[in-house]
Amino acid sequence: MSTNTGAVAISAEHVVKRFTLRKTRELKELAVWLLTKRRGVGTESFLASNDVSFEVREGETLALLGFNGSGKSTMLKMISGVLTPDSGRIRTKGRLAGLIEVGAGFHHDLTGRENVYLNGAILGMSEKEIDEKFESIIDFAEIGEFIDTEVKFYSSGMYLRLAFAVAVHTDPDIFLIDEILAVGDEPFQRKCIARIKQFSEMGKTLIVVSHDLDLVSRICDRGIVLQRGVKTFDGQIDEAVSWLRGQA
Amino acid sequence: MANAVLTDFDPSGQGRGLFGVFRHRYLLQLLVRKELKVRYRRSVLGLLWSYVKPAVQFAVYFVAIGMFLGLNETMDNFAVYLFSGIIVMNFFTEAVRNATRSIIDNAALIKKIYLPRELFPVASVYVSAVHFLPQVVVLCVAMPFFGWRWDPTGILMVFIGFVLLLVLSIGLGLLFGALNVIFRDAENFVDLINMVITWSAPVLYTAVLVRDTLGETAFAFYQANPLVVIVELFHRGFWAPTVSHGVELAGQPLAQWLSITAATCIAVFVVGQLVFTKVSKRFAQEL
Ligand SMILES: Nc1ncnc2c1ncn2[C@@H]1O[C@H](COP(=O)(O)OP(=O)(O)OP(=O)(O)O)[C@@H](O)[C@H]1O
Ligand SMILES: [Mg+2]
Repeated sequence: MSTNTGAVAISAEHVVKRFTLRKTRELKELAVWLLTKRRGVGTESFLASNDVSFEVREGETLALLGFNGSGKSTMLKMISGVLTPDSGRIRTKGRLAGLIEVGAGFHHDLTGRENVYLNGAILGMSEKEIDEKFESIIDFAEIGEFIDTEVKFYSSGMYLRLAFAVAVHTDPDIFLIDEILAVGDEPFQRKCIARIKQFSEMGKTLIVVSHDLDLVSRICDRGIVLQRGVKTFDGQIDEAVSWLRGQA
Repeated sequence: MANAVLTDFDPSGQGRGLFGVFRHRYLLQLLVRKELKVRYRRSVLGLLWSYVKPAVQFAVYFVAIGMFLGLNETMDNFAVYLFSGIIVMNFFTEAVRNATRSIIDNAALIKKIYLPRELFPVASVYVSAVHFLPQVVVLCVAMPFFGWRWDPTGILMVFIGFVLLLVLSIGLGLLFGALNVIFRDAENFVDLINMVITWSAPVLYTAVLVRDTLGETAFAFYQANPLVVIVELFHRGFWAPTVSHGVELAGQPLAQWLSITAATCIAVFVVGQLVFTKVSKRFAQEL
Protein backbone atom coordinates (compact mmCIF):
# COMPACT_ATOMS: atom_id res chain seq x y z
CA MET A 1 0.00 0.00 0.00
CA SER A 2 0.94 3.60 -0.26
CA THR A 3 3.28 5.16 2.21
CA ASN A 4 1.26 8.35 2.11
CA THR A 5 -0.27 9.16 5.46
CA GLY A 6 -2.32 12.30 4.74
CA ALA A 7 -6.00 12.62 5.56
CA VAL A 8 -8.48 10.68 3.47
CA ALA A 9 -9.56 12.65 0.40
CA ILE A 10 -11.76 10.08 -1.33
CA SER A 11 -13.40 7.06 0.15
CA ALA A 12 -15.34 4.48 -1.82
CA GLU A 13 -17.17 1.84 0.18
CA HIS A 14 -18.69 -1.24 -1.46
CA VAL A 15 -19.63 0.66 -4.57
CA VAL A 16 -21.95 -1.19 -6.94
CA LYS A 17 -23.13 0.12 -10.30
CA ARG A 18 -25.31 -1.87 -12.64
CA PHE A 19 -26.26 -0.73 -16.14
CA THR A 20 -29.29 -1.84 -18.05
CA LEU A 21 -28.30 -2.58 -21.57
CA ARG A 22 -31.55 -2.44 -23.49
CA LYS A 23 -33.34 0.82 -23.34
CA THR A 24 -35.99 0.82 -26.04
CA ARG A 25 -39.38 1.73 -24.74
CA GLU A 26 -41.95 0.92 -27.31
CA LEU A 27 -45.60 0.63 -26.54
CA LYS A 28 -45.49 -3.07 -27.34
CA GLU A 29 -42.77 -3.75 -24.81
CA LEU A 30 -44.35 -1.51 -22.26
CA ALA A 31 -47.59 -3.45 -22.58
CA VAL A 32 -45.76 -6.76 -22.12
CA TRP A 33 -43.96 -5.35 -19.14
CA LEU A 34 -47.18 -4.14 -17.55
CA LEU A 35 -49.10 -7.34 -18.27
CA THR A 36 -46.44 -9.77 -17.09
CA LYS A 37 -45.56 -7.49 -14.16
CA ARG A 38 -42.05 -8.77 -14.37
CA ARG A 39 -39.41 -6.19 -14.11
CA GLY A 40 -36.43 -6.64 -16.36
CA VAL A 41 -38.14 -8.83 -18.90
CA GLY A 42 -35.83 -8.91 -21.88
CA THR A 43 -33.45 -6.44 -20.29
CA GLU A 44 -29.87 -7.46 -19.85
CA SER A 45 -27.87 -5.82 -17.15
CA PHE A 46 -24.19 -5.39 -16.65
CA LEU A 47 -22.18 -4.84 -13.48
CA ALA A 48 -19.73 -2.03 -14.24
CA SER A 49 -18.67 -1.73 -10.62
CA ASN A 50 -18.92 -4.74 -8.34
CA ASP A 51 -18.37 -4.06 -4.66
CA VAL A 52 -15.35 -1.82 -5.11
CA SER A 53 -13.82 -0.20 -2.03
CA PHE A 54 -10.74 1.95 -1.69
CA GLU A 55 -9.42 5.07 -0.04
CA VAL A 56 -7.29 7.79 -1.51
CA ARG A 57 -5.30 10.07 0.76
CA GLU A 58 -4.62 13.74 0.21
CA GLY A 59 -1.73 14.26 -2.15
CA GLU A 60 -1.78 10.71 -3.39
CA THR A 61 -1.51 10.00 -7.13
CA LEU A 62 -3.53 6.99 -8.11
CA ALA A 63 -3.83 5.29 -11.48
CA LEU A 64 -6.97 3.34 -12.33
CA LEU A 65 -5.92 0.62 -14.73
CA GLY A 66 -7.79 -2.02 -16.67
CA PHE A 67 -8.80 -3.15 -20.12
CA ASN A 68 -11.56 -1.58 -22.20
CA GLY A 69 -14.92 -1.78 -20.53
CA SER A 70 -13.52 -2.68 -17.12
CA GLY A 71 -15.34 0.18 -15.40
CA LYS A 72 -12.67 2.87 -15.01
CA SER A 73 -14.62 5.73 -16.52
CA THR A 74 -17.68 4.62 -14.63
CA MET A 75 -15.76 4.83 -11.36
CA LEU A 76 -14.43 8.32 -12.16
CA LYS A 77 -17.92 9.49 -13.05
CA MET A 78 -19.25 8.19 -9.76
CA ILE A 79 -16.50 10.00 -7.88
CA SER A 80 -17.28 13.24 -9.71
CA GLY A 81 -21.02 12.86 -9.06
CA VAL A 82 -22.10 12.49 -12.68
CA LEU A 83 -23.26 8.93 -11.99
CA THR A 84 -24.83 7.77 -8.74
CA PRO A 85 -23.87 4.34 -7.33
CA ASP A 86 -26.70 1.83 -6.94
CA SER A 87 -25.40 0.90 -3.53
CA GLY A 88 -22.38 1.67 -1.43
CA ARG A 89 -21.07 5.11 -0.74
CA ILE A 90 -18.53 7.53 -2.12
CA ARG A 91 -17.33 10.47 -0.12
CA THR A 92 -14.88 13.17 -1.03
CA LYS A 93 -13.22 16.10 0.62
CA GLY A 94 -12.39 19.34 -1.07
CA ARG A 95 -13.08 20.89 -4.44
CA LEU A 96 -13.09 18.45 -7.26
CA ALA A 97 -12.43 18.86 -10.97
CA GLY A 98 -13.29 16.06 -13.29
CA LEU A 99 -11.41 16.18 -16.53
CA ILE A 100 -13.57 13.34 -17.72
CA GLU A 101 -13.30 14.62 -21.22
CA VAL A 102 -11.76 17.86 -22.33
CA GLY A 103 -14.02 20.24 -24.07
CA ALA A 104 -17.23 18.68 -22.80
CA GLY A 105 -18.66 22.13 -22.21
CA PHE A 106 -17.39 23.67 -25.45
CA HIS A 107 -19.89 24.94 -27.92
CA HIS A 108 -18.68 24.99 -31.51
CA ASP A 109 -20.62 28.13 -32.41
CA LEU A 110 -18.97 30.24 -29.73
CA THR A 111 -15.57 31.86 -30.06
CA GLY A 112 -12.54 30.65 -28.17
CA ARG A 113 -12.89 33.51 -25.72
CA GLU A 114 -16.55 32.81 -25.02
CA ASN A 115 -15.80 29.14 -24.60
CA VAL A 116 -13.05 29.88 -22.09
CA TYR A 117 -15.54 31.77 -19.94
CA LEU A 118 -18.32 29.23 -20.35
CA ASN A 119 -16.07 26.26 -19.68
CA GLY A 120 -14.34 28.00 -16.80
CA ALA A 121 -17.71 28.63 -15.18
CA ILE A 122 -18.78 25.04 -15.84
CA LEU A 123 -15.63 23.84 -14.09
CA GLY A 124 -16.51 26.02 -11.12
CA MET A 125 -14.50 29.21 -11.63
CA SER A 126 -15.93 32.63 -10.85
CA GLU A 127 -15.93 35.47 -13.35
CA LYS A 128 -13.12 37.20 -11.49
CA GLU A 129 -11.01 34.05 -11.43
CA ILE A 130 -11.39 33.60 -15.18
CA ASP A 131 -10.58 37.26 -15.84
CA GLU A 132 -7.39 36.91 -13.85
CA LYS A 133 -6.31 33.68 -15.48
CA PHE A 134 -7.39 34.51 -19.00
CA GLU A 135 -3.96 35.58 -20.26
CA SER A 136 -2.33 32.58 -18.71
CA ILE A 137 -4.90 30.24 -20.29
CA ILE A 138 -4.27 31.70 -23.75
CA ASP A 139 -0.52 31.48 -23.25
CA PHE A 140 -0.75 27.89 -22.17
CA ALA A 141 -2.92 26.95 -25.14
CA GLU A 142 -0.74 28.95 -27.58
CA ILE A 143 -3.85 29.82 -29.54
CA GLY A 144 -2.79 33.37 -30.33
CA GLU A 145 -4.96 35.36 -32.71
CA PHE A 146 -7.52 32.55 -33.07
CA ILE A 147 -9.02 33.35 -29.67
CA ASP A 148 -11.86 35.36 -31.20
CA THR A 149 -12.63 32.79 -33.90
CA GLU A 150 -15.48 30.32 -33.47
CA VAL A 151 -14.03 27.06 -32.26
CA LYS A 152 -15.60 25.04 -35.07
CA PHE A 153 -12.89 26.54 -37.28
CA TYR A 154 -10.12 25.29 -35.01
CA SER A 155 -8.05 22.26 -35.86
CA SER A 156 -8.89 19.41 -33.50
CA GLY A 157 -5.55 19.84 -31.77
CA MET A 158 -6.12 23.55 -31.15
CA TYR A 159 -9.54 22.82 -29.75
CA LEU A 160 -8.16 20.27 -27.30
CA ARG A 161 -5.32 22.56 -26.29
CA LEU A 162 -7.67 25.35 -25.37
CA ALA A 163 -9.98 23.00 -23.50
CA PHE A 164 -7.07 21.47 -21.64
CA ALA A 165 -5.67 24.90 -20.82
CA VAL A 166 -8.95 25.93 -19.19
CA ALA A 167 -9.13 22.69 -17.25
CA VAL A 168 -5.65 23.00 -15.77
CA HIS A 169 -6.34 26.55 -14.68
CA THR A 170 -9.11 25.53 -12.33
CA ASP A 171 -7.79 25.21 -8.83
CA PRO A 172 -9.29 22.06 -7.33
CA ASP A 173 -7.97 19.85 -4.54
CA ILE A 174 -8.75 16.67 -6.41
CA PHE A 175 -8.16 16.09 -10.11
CA LEU A 176 -9.86 13.29 -11.98
CA ILE A 177 -8.22 12.70 -15.35
CA ASP A 178 -9.62 10.32 -17.94
CA GLU A 179 -7.55 9.60 -21.04
CA ILE A 180 -6.72 13.17 -21.75
CA LEU A 181 -3.02 13.33 -21.16
CA ALA A 182 -2.24 12.68 -24.79
CA VAL A 183 -3.76 15.72 -26.42
CA GLY A 184 -2.13 17.85 -29.03
CA ASP A 185 1.28 17.49 -30.62
CA GLU A 186 4.36 16.19 -28.84
CA PRO A 187 5.62 19.45 -27.34
CA PHE A 188 2.17 20.18 -25.99
CA GLN A 189 1.86 16.68 -24.56
CA ARG A 190 5.10 17.18 -22.70
CA LYS A 191 3.79 20.46 -21.36
CA CYS A 192 0.57 18.82 -20.17
CA ILE A 193 2.40 16.05 -18.41
CA ALA A 194 4.75 18.55 -16.78
CA ARG A 195 1.69 20.44 -15.57
CA ILE A 196 0.10 17.30 -14.13
CA LYS A 197 3.33 16.45 -12.33
CA GLN A 198 3.44 19.97 -10.96
CA PHE A 199 -0.03 19.42 -9.52
CA SER A 200 1.10 16.32 -7.71
CA GLU A 201 4.12 18.18 -6.34
CA MET A 202 1.76 20.86 -5.06
CA GLY A 203 0.10 18.14 -3.02
CA LYS A 204 -3.06 17.79 -5.06
CA THR A 205 -4.81 14.46 -5.17
CA LEU A 206 -4.83 12.89 -8.62
CA ILE A 207 -6.71 9.96 -10.07
CA VAL A 208 -5.53 9.17 -13.58
CA VAL A 209 -7.07 6.77 -16.07
CA SER A 210 -4.87 5.93 -19.02
CA HIS A 211 -3.89 3.03 -21.22
CA ASP A 212 -0.40 4.47 -21.54
CA LEU A 213 1.18 2.34 -18.83
CA ASP A 214 4.64 3.89 -19.11
CA LEU A 215 3.18 7.32 -18.71
CA VAL A 216 1.12 6.47 -15.62
CA SER A 217 4.16 4.81 -14.08
CA ARG A 218 5.93 8.13 -14.34
CA ILE A 219 3.07 10.18 -12.89
CA CYS A 220 1.47 7.93 -10.27
CA ASP A 221 2.62 6.22 -7.09
CA ARG A 222 -0.19 3.79 -6.71
CA GLY A 223 -2.28 1.68 -9.06
CA ILE A 224 -5.65 -0.02 -8.78
CA VAL A 225 -6.54 -2.59 -11.40
CA LEU A 226 -10.19 -3.13 -12.33
CA GLN A 227 -11.37 -6.19 -14.22
CA ARG A 228 -15.01 -6.47 -15.25
CA GLY A 229 -15.95 -4.10 -12.48
CA VAL A 230 -14.02 -5.90 -9.76
CA LYS A 231 -10.95 -4.50 -8.03
CA THR A 232 -8.31 -7.15 -8.55
CA PHE A 233 -5.14 -5.35 -7.55
CA ASP A 234 -4.23 -2.39 -5.37
CA GLY A 235 -0.64 -1.46 -4.70
CA GLN A 236 2.57 0.17 -5.96
CA ILE A 237 2.24 1.43 -9.50
CA ASP A 238 5.07 -0.73 -10.89
CA GLU A 239 3.54 -3.85 -9.43
CA ALA A 240 0.10 -2.88 -10.68
CA VAL A 241 1.43 -2.36 -14.20
CA SER A 242 3.28 -5.67 -14.30
CA TRP A 243 0.26 -7.41 -12.79
CA LEU A 244 -1.96 -5.98 -15.52
CA ARG A 245 0.57 -6.89 -18.22
CA GLY A 246 0.55 -10.41 -16.85
CA GLN A 247 -3.19 -10.61 -17.42
CA ALA A 248 -3.10 -9.83 -21.11
CA MET B 1 -11.07 4.76 10.10
CA ALA B 2 -10.91 8.44 10.80
CA ASN B 3 -13.43 9.36 8.15
CA ALA B 4 -15.19 12.00 10.13
CA VAL B 5 -13.59 14.77 8.11
CA LEU B 6 -15.06 13.54 4.85
CA THR B 7 -18.18 15.27 3.75
CA ASP B 8 -20.83 13.06 2.32
CA PHE B 9 -20.25 13.95 -1.15
CA ASP B 10 -22.54 16.70 -2.13
CA PRO B 11 -22.30 16.66 -5.87
CA SER B 12 -23.49 13.06 -6.05
CA GLY B 13 -27.04 13.61 -7.09
CA GLN B 14 -28.24 14.88 -3.71
CA GLY B 15 -28.60 18.26 -5.32
CA ARG B 16 -30.13 21.15 -3.53
CA GLY B 17 -32.66 21.76 -6.23
CA LEU B 18 -33.02 25.36 -7.27
CA PHE B 19 -30.66 26.52 -4.53
CA GLY B 20 -27.88 24.91 -6.52
CA VAL B 21 -28.87 27.09 -9.45
CA PHE B 22 -28.67 30.16 -7.28
CA ARG B 23 -25.12 29.27 -6.32
CA HIS B 24 -24.21 28.96 -9.98
CA ARG B 25 -25.88 32.16 -11.15
CA TYR B 26 -22.83 33.32 -13.10
CA LEU B 27 -22.92 30.07 -15.06
CA LEU B 28 -26.67 30.49 -15.54
CA GLN B 29 -26.06 33.90 -17.03
CA LEU B 30 -23.46 32.47 -19.43
CA LEU B 31 -25.78 29.63 -20.44
CA VAL B 32 -28.52 32.13 -21.24
CA ARG B 33 -26.11 34.27 -23.23
CA LYS B 34 -24.89 31.18 -25.08
CA GLU B 35 -28.44 30.14 -25.88
CA LEU B 36 -29.33 33.55 -27.30
CA LYS B 37 -26.09 33.85 -29.19
CA VAL B 38 -26.42 30.41 -30.74
CA ARG B 39 -30.05 30.92 -31.62
CA TYR B 40 -29.45 34.22 -33.39
CA ARG B 41 -26.03 33.59 -34.89
CA ARG B 42 -25.74 34.77 -38.47
CA SER B 43 -29.14 36.35 -38.14
CA VAL B 44 -29.57 39.89 -39.40
CA LEU B 45 -32.52 40.69 -37.18
CA GLY B 46 -31.17 38.80 -34.15
CA LEU B 47 -33.12 39.48 -31.02
CA LEU B 48 -35.48 41.65 -33.09
CA TRP B 49 -37.12 38.39 -34.08
CA SER B 50 -38.66 38.34 -30.65
CA TYR B 51 -40.60 41.44 -31.70
CA VAL B 52 -41.32 40.40 -35.28
CA LYS B 53 -42.82 37.01 -34.46
CA PRO B 54 -45.40 38.20 -31.91
CA ALA B 55 -46.19 41.21 -34.08
CA VAL B 56 -47.09 39.00 -37.05
CA GLN B 57 -48.98 36.59 -34.82
CA PHE B 58 -50.85 39.51 -33.35
CA ALA B 59 -51.71 40.88 -36.77
CA VAL B 60 -53.06 37.52 -37.96
CA TYR B 61 -55.26 37.06 -34.93
CA PHE B 62 -56.36 40.66 -34.97
CA VAL B 63 -57.55 40.37 -38.55
CA ALA B 64 -59.11 36.93 -38.14
CA ILE B 65 -60.74 37.28 -34.76
CA GLY B 66 -60.95 41.00 -34.22
CA MET B 67 -62.18 41.92 -37.68
CA PHE B 68 -63.72 38.81 -39.27
CA LEU B 69 -65.29 37.44 -36.09
CA GLY B 70 -66.10 40.95 -34.96
CA LEU B 71 -64.59 41.07 -31.47
CA ASN B 72 -63.09 44.39 -32.41
CA GLU B 73 -66.62 45.77 -32.73
CA THR B 74 -68.05 44.31 -29.55
CA MET B 75 -65.07 44.97 -27.28
CA ASP B 76 -63.24 48.13 -26.37
CA ASN B 77 -59.53 48.02 -27.14
CA PHE B 78 -59.56 44.44 -28.34
CA ALA B 79 -56.00 44.96 -29.59
CA VAL B 80 -54.72 45.48 -26.03
CA TYR B 81 -56.77 42.55 -24.76
CA LEU B 82 -55.38 40.29 -27.47
CA PHE B 83 -51.73 41.32 -27.15
CA SER B 84 -51.57 41.14 -23.36
CA GLY B 85 -52.88 37.56 -23.56
CA ILE B 86 -50.67 36.50 -26.46
CA ILE B 87 -47.45 37.46 -24.69
CA VAL B 88 -48.40 35.29 -21.69
CA MET B 89 -49.13 32.28 -23.86
CA ASN B 90 -45.98 32.80 -25.91
CA PHE B 91 -43.87 32.95 -22.80
CA PHE B 92 -45.46 29.83 -21.41
CA THR B 93 -45.30 27.70 -24.55
CA GLU B 94 -41.75 28.72 -25.41
CA ALA B 95 -40.48 28.22 -21.87
CA VAL B 96 -42.03 24.79 -21.42
CA ARG B 97 -41.09 23.56 -24.88
CA ASN B 98 -37.45 24.57 -24.54
CA ALA B 99 -37.13 23.42 -20.94
CA THR B 100 -38.46 20.03 -22.00
CA ARG B 101 -35.68 19.73 -24.56
CA SER B 102 -33.01 21.31 -22.38
CA ILE B 103 -31.70 18.16 -20.72
CA ILE B 104 -31.25 16.13 -23.89
CA ASP B 105 -29.90 19.14 -25.74
CA ASN B 106 -27.18 19.44 -23.12
CA ALA B 107 -26.53 15.71 -22.94
CA ALA B 108 -22.86 16.05 -23.82
CA LEU B 109 -22.29 18.20 -20.78
CA ILE B 110 -24.58 16.40 -18.36
CA LYS B 111 -22.90 13.06 -19.12
CA LYS B 112 -19.45 14.35 -18.34
CA ILE B 113 -19.46 17.08 -15.74
CA TYR B 114 -21.48 17.33 -12.59
CA LEU B 115 -23.55 20.51 -12.34
CA PRO B 116 -26.90 21.17 -10.72
CA ARG B 117 -29.00 19.92 -13.63
CA GLU B 118 -31.80 22.33 -12.80
CA LEU B 119 -29.61 24.94 -14.47
CA PHE B 120 -30.69 23.85 -17.93
CA PRO B 121 -34.50 24.07 -17.64
CA VAL B 122 -34.11 27.29 -15.64
CA ALA B 123 -31.89 28.74 -18.37
CA SER B 124 -34.59 27.91 -20.94
CA VAL B 125 -37.23 29.72 -18.91
CA TYR B 126 -34.83 32.63 -18.47
CA VAL B 127 -34.35 32.86 -22.25
CA SER B 128 -38.12 33.04 -22.68
CA ALA B 129 -38.20 35.86 -20.17
CA VAL B 130 -35.60 37.69 -22.23
CA HIS B 131 -37.97 37.42 -25.18
CA PHE B 132 -40.97 38.32 -23.05
CA LEU B 133 -39.83 41.54 -21.40
CA PRO B 134 -39.42 43.63 -24.58
CA GLN B 135 -42.99 42.68 -25.51
CA VAL B 136 -44.19 44.00 -22.17
CA VAL B 137 -42.29 47.19 -22.88
CA VAL B 138 -44.03 47.51 -26.26
CA LEU B 139 -47.34 47.06 -24.51
CA CYS B 140 -46.50 49.68 -21.88
CA VAL B 141 -45.48 52.17 -24.53
CA ALA B 142 -48.67 51.57 -26.54
CA MET B 143 -51.14 51.65 -23.64
CA PRO B 144 -51.31 55.41 -23.05
CA PHE B 145 -52.56 55.74 -26.64
CA PHE B 146 -55.45 53.45 -25.76
CA GLY B 147 -56.53 55.62 -22.86
CA TRP B 148 -54.69 53.81 -20.07
CA ARG B 149 -55.12 55.37 -16.66
CA TRP B 150 -52.71 55.01 -13.76
CA ASP B 151 -53.72 51.93 -11.79
CA PRO B 152 -51.38 50.55 -9.09
CA THR B 153 -53.66 47.56 -8.40
CA GLY B 154 -53.42 46.56 -12.04
CA ILE B 155 -49.62 46.74 -11.95
CA LEU B 156 -49.58 44.59 -8.84
CA MET B 157 -51.82 42.05 -10.61
CA VAL B 158 -49.44 41.83 -13.57
CA PHE B 159 -46.55 41.34 -11.19
CA ILE B 160 -48.35 38.57 -9.30
CA GLY B 161 -49.39 37.03 -12.60
CA PHE B 162 -45.81 36.96 -13.83
CA VAL B 163 -44.49 35.37 -10.64
CA LEU B 164 -47.16 32.64 -10.88
CA LEU B 165 -46.33 32.17 -14.55
CA LEU B 166 -42.64 31.70 -13.70
CA VAL B 167 -43.37 29.17 -10.96
CA LEU B 168 -45.69 27.22 -13.24
CA SER B 169 -43.30 27.26 -16.21
CA ILE B 170 -40.28 26.21 -14.18
CA GLY B 171 -42.29 23.47 -12.50
CA LEU B 172 -43.55 22.03 -15.79
CA GLY B 173 -40.13 22.56 -17.38
CA LEU B 174 -38.47 20.50 -14.63
CA LEU B 175 -41.14 17.82 -14.86
CA PHE B 176 -41.11 17.36 -18.62
CA GLY B 177 -37.38 18.00 -18.98
CA ALA B 178 -36.75 15.03 -16.67
CA LEU B 179 -39.43 12.80 -18.19
CA ASN B 180 -38.12 13.50 -21.67
CA VAL B 181 -34.85 11.77 -20.79
CA ILE B 182 -36.72 8.52 -20.19
CA PHE B 183 -39.62 8.90 -22.61
CA ARG B 184 -38.89 11.05 -25.64
CA ASP B 185 -42.66 11.17 -26.03
CA ALA B 186 -42.65 14.04 -23.55
CA GLU B 187 -41.59 16.42 -26.28
CA ASN B 188 -44.54 15.59 -28.50
CA PHE B 189 -46.84 15.57 -25.54
CA VAL B 190 -45.75 19.09 -24.63
CA ASP B 191 -46.32 20.27 -28.20
CA LEU B 192 -49.80 18.86 -27.97
CA ILE B 193 -50.50 20.57 -24.65
CA ASN B 194 -49.18 23.82 -26.03
CA MET B 195 -51.56 23.60 -28.96
CA VAL B 196 -54.54 22.99 -26.71
CA ILE B 197 -53.49 25.50 -24.10
CA THR B 198 -53.39 28.37 -26.58
CA TRP B 199 -57.14 27.98 -26.88
CA SER B 200 -57.79 26.99 -23.27
CA ALA B 201 -57.18 30.45 -21.85
CA PRO B 202 -59.22 33.55 -22.68
CA VAL B 203 -56.77 35.02 -25.17
CA LEU B 204 -58.70 34.85 -28.43
CA TYR B 205 -62.12 35.15 -26.79
CA THR B 206 -63.50 36.41 -23.48
CA ALA B 207 -64.17 34.35 -20.37
CA VAL B 208 -67.72 35.67 -20.28
CA LEU B 209 -68.42 33.69 -23.46
CA VAL B 210 -67.23 30.53 -21.75
CA ARG B 211 -69.46 31.07 -18.74
CA ASP B 212 -72.49 31.80 -20.90
CA THR B 213 -71.88 28.72 -23.01
CA LEU B 214 -70.89 26.20 -20.35
CA GLY B 215 -72.76 27.36 -17.26
CA GLU B 216 -71.42 28.11 -13.77
CA THR B 217 -70.31 24.61 -12.75
CA ALA B 218 -68.22 23.94 -15.82
CA PHE B 219 -66.90 27.49 -15.61
CA ALA B 220 -65.44 26.69 -12.19
CA PHE B 221 -63.46 23.84 -13.77
CA TYR B 222 -62.41 26.14 -16.58
CA GLN B 223 -61.00 28.61 -14.07
CA ALA B 224 -59.09 25.88 -12.25
CA ASN B 225 -56.61 26.07 -15.14
CA PRO B 226 -53.94 28.36 -13.67
CA LEU B 227 -53.27 29.91 -17.06
CA VAL B 228 -56.82 31.20 -17.24
CA VAL B 229 -56.37 33.18 -14.05
CA ILE B 230 -52.84 34.29 -14.99
CA VAL B 231 -54.02 35.60 -18.37
CA GLU B 232 -56.88 37.40 -16.66
CA LEU B 233 -54.43 39.00 -14.22
CA PHE B 234 -52.60 40.42 -17.23
CA HIS B 235 -55.91 41.59 -18.69
CA ARG B 236 -56.70 43.19 -15.36
CA GLY B 237 -53.38 45.06 -15.39
CA PHE B 238 -53.05 46.01 -19.04
CA TRP B 239 -56.49 46.00 -20.61
CA ALA B 240 -59.00 46.87 -17.85
CA PRO B 241 -57.47 50.31 -17.11
CA THR B 242 -57.85 51.24 -20.80
CA VAL B 243 -61.62 50.76 -20.93
CA SER B 244 -63.97 53.21 -19.31
CA HIS B 245 -66.70 50.84 -18.13
CA GLY B 246 -66.38 47.98 -15.66
CA VAL B 247 -65.08 44.72 -17.09
CA GLU B 248 -65.97 41.16 -16.33
CA LEU B 249 -63.02 38.80 -16.09
CA ALA B 250 -62.64 35.21 -14.97
CA GLY B 251 -61.12 34.46 -11.57
CA GLN B 252 -63.65 36.31 -9.41
CA PRO B 253 -63.83 36.51 -6.43
CA LEU B 254 -60.17 37.32 -6.83
CA ALA B 255 -58.91 36.32 -3.37
CA GLN B 256 -60.36 32.85 -3.76
CA TRP B 257 -59.09 32.23 -7.30
CA LEU B 258 -55.70 33.75 -6.60
CA SER B 259 -55.24 31.32 -3.71
CA ILE B 260 -56.36 28.36 -5.83
CA THR B 261 -54.07 29.35 -8.70
CA ALA B 262 -51.10 29.98 -6.42
CA ALA B 263 -51.68 26.61 -4.75
CA THR B 264 -51.84 24.87 -8.14
CA CYS B 265 -48.67 26.54 -9.41
CA ILE B 266 -46.78 25.70 -6.23
CA ALA B 267 -48.03 22.11 -6.32
CA VAL B 268 -46.90 21.74 -9.94
CA PHE B 269 -43.55 23.20 -9.01
CA VAL B 270 -43.08 20.85 -6.06
CA VAL B 271 -44.03 17.80 -8.12
CA GLY B 272 -41.73 18.97 -10.91
CA GLN B 273 -38.80 19.41 -8.55
CA LEU B 274 -39.40 16.05 -6.84
CA VAL B 275 -39.61 14.15 -10.12
CA PHE B 276 -36.58 16.01 -11.44
CA THR B 277 -34.51 15.21 -8.36
CA LYS B 278 -35.45 11.56 -8.57
CA VAL B 279 -34.89 11.12 -12.30
CA SER B 280 -31.78 13.31 -12.48
CA LYS B 281 -29.77 10.60 -10.71
CA ARG B 282 -30.20 8.58 -13.88
CA PHE B 283 -29.60 11.34 -16.41
CA ALA B 284 -25.96 10.51 -17.11
CA GLN B 285 -26.59 6.84 -17.79
CA GLU B 286 -29.82 7.22 -19.74
CA LEU B 287 -28.77 9.96 -22.12
N1 LIG C 1 -24.66 4.62 -19.65
C1 LIG C 1 -24.38 3.33 -19.81
N2 LIG C 1 -25.35 2.46 -20.12
C2 LIG C 1 -25.07 1.14 -20.27
N3 LIG C 1 -23.87 0.61 -20.13
C3 LIG C 1 -22.85 1.44 -19.84
C4 LIG C 1 -23.04 2.83 -19.67
N4 LIG C 1 -21.86 3.40 -19.37
C5 LIG C 1 -20.96 2.41 -19.38
N5 LIG C 1 -21.54 1.22 -19.64
C6 LIG C 1 -20.89 -0.08 -19.69
O1 LIG C 1 -20.11 -0.26 -18.54
C7 LIG C 1 -18.89 -0.90 -18.86
C8 LIG C 1 -17.73 -0.10 -18.29
O2 LIG C 1 -17.60 1.08 -19.03
P1 LIG C 1 -16.47 2.14 -18.74
O3 LIG C 1 -16.70 3.28 -19.66
O4 LIG C 1 -16.42 2.43 -17.29
O5 LIG C 1 -15.17 1.36 -19.17
P2 LIG C 1 -13.66 1.84 -19.15
O6 LIG C 1 -12.95 1.00 -18.17
O7 LIG C 1 -13.59 3.30 -18.99
O8 LIG C 1 -13.21 1.41 -20.61
P3 LIG C 1 -12.23 2.15 -21.65
O9 LIG C 1 -10.86 1.71 -21.32
O10 LIG C 1 -12.67 1.59 -22.96
O11 LIG C 1 -12.45 3.61 -21.54
C9 LIG C 1 -18.87 -1.06 -20.36
O12 LIG C 1 -19.20 -2.41 -20.66
C10 LIG C 1 -19.94 -0.16 -20.86
O13 LIG C 1 -20.58 -0.71 -21.98
MG1 LIG D 1 -13.11 4.94 -20.28
